[in-house]
Amino acid sequence: MKPYWPIFVVVALLATVPFVTASNVILNFLITTLLIALAGQGWNLLGGYGGQYSFGHAAFFGTAAYTTAILQVQYGINAWLGLIAGIFAGALVGAVIGALCFRSGLRGSYFSLVTLAFAEVLRILSSVAPITGAGVGTLIKLDLRPEAFQFQSRVPFYWIALALVAVSLLIVRVAENSRFGAYLVAIRENEDAAGALGINTFAVKLVAITVSAAITAAAGCFYAQYFLFIDAAIAYGPWISIDALLAPIVGGAGTLFGSLLGAVVIKALGEATKLLTGDAPGLDLVIYGLVLIAVVGLAPRGVAGFIAALFQGRSVRVFDKPGHDHG
Amino acid sequence: MAESLLVVENVSKHFGGLLAIDSASFEIKTGAITALIGPNGAGKTTLFSIISGFLAADGGRVFYNGVEVSAESPHQRARRGIARTFQIAQPFAGLTVRENIAVGSHLWQRSRAAALKAADEVAVSAGLGAQLHAPAATLTVAGSKRLELARALAIAPRLLLLDEVLAGLNPSEIRDMVPVVRELTVRGMTILMTEHVMQAVTALAEHVLVLAHGKIIARGTAQQVAADPLVVEAYLGAGAAARIIGGSTHA
Repeated sequence: MKPYWPIFVVVALLATVPFVTASNVILNFLITTLLIALAGQGWNLLGGYGGQYSFGHAAFFGTAAYTTAILQVQYGINAWLGLIAGIFAGALVGAVIGALCFRSGLRGSYFSLVTLAFAEVLRILSSVAPITGAGVGTLIKLDLRPEAFQFQSRVPFYWIALALVAVSLLIVRVAENSRFGAYLVAIRENEDAAGALGINTFAVKLVAITVSAAITAAAGCFYAQYFLFIDAAIAYGPWISIDALLAPIVGGAGTLFGSLLGAVVIKALGEATKLLTGDAPGLDLVIYGLVLIAVVGLAPRGVAGFIAALFQGRSVRVFDKPGHDHG
Repeated sequence: MAESLLVVENVSKHFGGLLAIDSASFEIKTGAITALIGPNGAGKTTLFSIISGFLAADGGRVFYNGVEVSAESPHQRARRGIARTFQIAQPFAGLTVRENIAVGSHLWQRSRAAALKAADEVAVSAGLGAQLHAPAATLTVAGSKRLELARALAIAPRLLLLDEVLAGLNPSEIRDMVPVVRELTVRGMTILMTEHVMQAVTALAEHVLVLAHGKIIARGTAQQVAADPLVVEAYLGAGAAARIIGGSTHA
């Protein structure tokens, strides 16, 4: 059984940050990092553990963000209920996309492309549909009360984001220690062999994409409450699909803390390159891209794999990335 | 309990214009070891895939324990008690030997701890006790074959389909493996195996089915089928049997 204490230690340490610093810049940086870590942890369950590389987690993020925003703005429903509704809506979209993809037997890059297509279709629909505010987007009314899931200070937002990340870490650890997790990893490693051992691969993948979507959906709801504005490009744009897969891949796909580690690395990298390059537009992205290539090239199992390899005193290249045997 | 655990009835399979299996019919007796032999490309693996549910037959029916399973998926058949190994080993490469086997054990063990414990026992019985924590990717050919077998055994099957578990092994490894397979029938399993190694077929199988060009052309004991002129011709070409009997074989 893999232990739970590392989750409590990491979360407890992170929870003390607001006592150390009151800087809004730092808190804002950490909140967006946790947001990416949360969205990425959703991807990590399906992609890192299950080997199903979604390129369209924006579909879940965006659906949740719009659900919580629209319920508040158009129907006057409480934001906390909106959070729950958003998570359910995201999970539902995950289940529908999963059922369609997995029932048709889509694997590997075909699955990736179809998930990307679903997210893009939703982006285009939301940019024209009146209920989403179409091109204008949806603005959530400022209402700085905890009952409305809005706060004067960034500190409560930070703790809520951290709590959501903590829950996502616990969900993944419970999965790791369960039959479901063993089946999911077996499917990643070899789907035919998994079927031969009595695993209903369709059902396992369907549960995985639903839970995965729910976790990423929570990030979408949080985004809407934190920034109070969403439009089609934010909610369903490729940026979140990419960040959600980049964080766990950089951090270590299929590892508990992979998404959190990766989110810290890519957000820090993003900020650092912006500082370095100053006014030259686009140069930060060039450096960002180069460093990512280097990270993925030198540590194919991500930061977590790199650290594990250091502890084992082995070359990081001994083993390939998980799921390397998929054609 | 049915006398025949597996009944294959007029099963056919096309791949485009190629008739891979041509109305094959046979029965596998409960508790026995049956060998399915035949030249390369005869359709042995195709037939295995049809029996285990990985391929749908174009015609014909498959009965397991008296129930028709023709339309069931591989995992449903596995739950009924049909396990298979793959000719080309299909390990969960990133996992350890123990974790590989535990995936099978989980079929009847919900808890992780119980599945791992069951996996340890299966690993020892398959001769993998020393490699429990080795990554599956690092196993030798013989080790991978044992892992294929161990993983199949972990789901506690009643019918075991062994697809060339001895292929690629050296003679001493084959000698080690034969008693492992024989031991399984003692434990009540029924085995259908494809094999090229005739030494093992003779040592293990009570019944032999010969498949050539998708047709069952002979059945009987190993000695009976080896003496069958049709079988000799299937392996060595038309007229070979007559030449051997006439003593006029050309070098």
